[in-house]
Amino acid sequence: MDPVNSPVDGLVATVPIVLSLLVAVWALVAAVRHRPPDRVQFVGLAVLEVALLVLTVLALVAVGGGERPGEPGAFFGYLVTLVCLPPLAWVLARMEPTRWGSAIVCAVCLVAPVVVVRLQQTWEVLGG
Amino acid sequence: MVETEQAPRRTNSGPGRLLIAVYLLFAIAATSRAGLQIATKFDEAPVAYLLSGVAALIYIVAAVGLARAGHAGRRVALACCSVELVGVVAVGILSLVDRELFPDETVWSGFGSGYGYIPLVLPVLGLLWLWRTRRAPA
Repeated sequence: MDPVNSPVDGLVATVPIVLSLLVAVWALVAAVRHRPPDRVQFVGLAVLEVALLVLTVLALVAVGGGERPGEPGAFFGYLVTLVCLPPLAWVLARMEPTRWGSAIVCAVCLVAPVVVVRLQQTWEVLGG
Repeated sequence: MVETEQAPRRTNSGPGRLLIAVYLLFAIAATSRAGLQIATKFDEAPVAYLLSGVAALIYIVAAVGLARAGHAGRRVALACCSVELVGVVAVGILSLVDRELFPDETVWSGFGSGYGYIPLVLPVLGLLWLWRTRRAPA
């Protein structure tokens, strides 16, 4: 478990996790207050997607440089899933301009941090 | 922005859309996990991995059924939610009684404990929602 060897550790993972949780809390408050997804949620999803793409590019650069994740299949599975999450939330929230749209954004933004953590675990399974 | 809760809701809107979103997430999670397990290490635990595959398929079909709503869609969703509920309870009990049967984790092992027990709650919510929208316009 040597974090120096992992391209999906440190700030590059912490930023999307914190961002995702912030959007989740904001969306939860909106859902509780019967508010449809607002601009903050959509902008939040967009920024989250950018952060996740940065994470993806850094991971791919590391793989291109000869480094290998511990469980390659699972790692790339999680990576693909991860970058699809914000667009999924975006599309469903656009289709549902009610409090339930906010609830969808909240749910997806709670899942994203879990996937980031799983991503880190599947990289480090060999012990770094 | 106060909603009229009394108005009959379509199966695929409001809370139903949230349900579809969660079903989609589980469909993605279960499908990729099962696909990977069956492709790379099927011999280690065939029963567990086939079960994961079946669970994945049910999540996909349930999501589609809920999303299409209508008469047929609701029936499909009803069947999927029922099978899911029976499956998660049965596998949960079996995995406690006989650990040999499922040497590797599945979505439904331990009543879905690996997934925050959401696999156990999801079919119940699905059935409740189908019940509440039983008179909804298709």
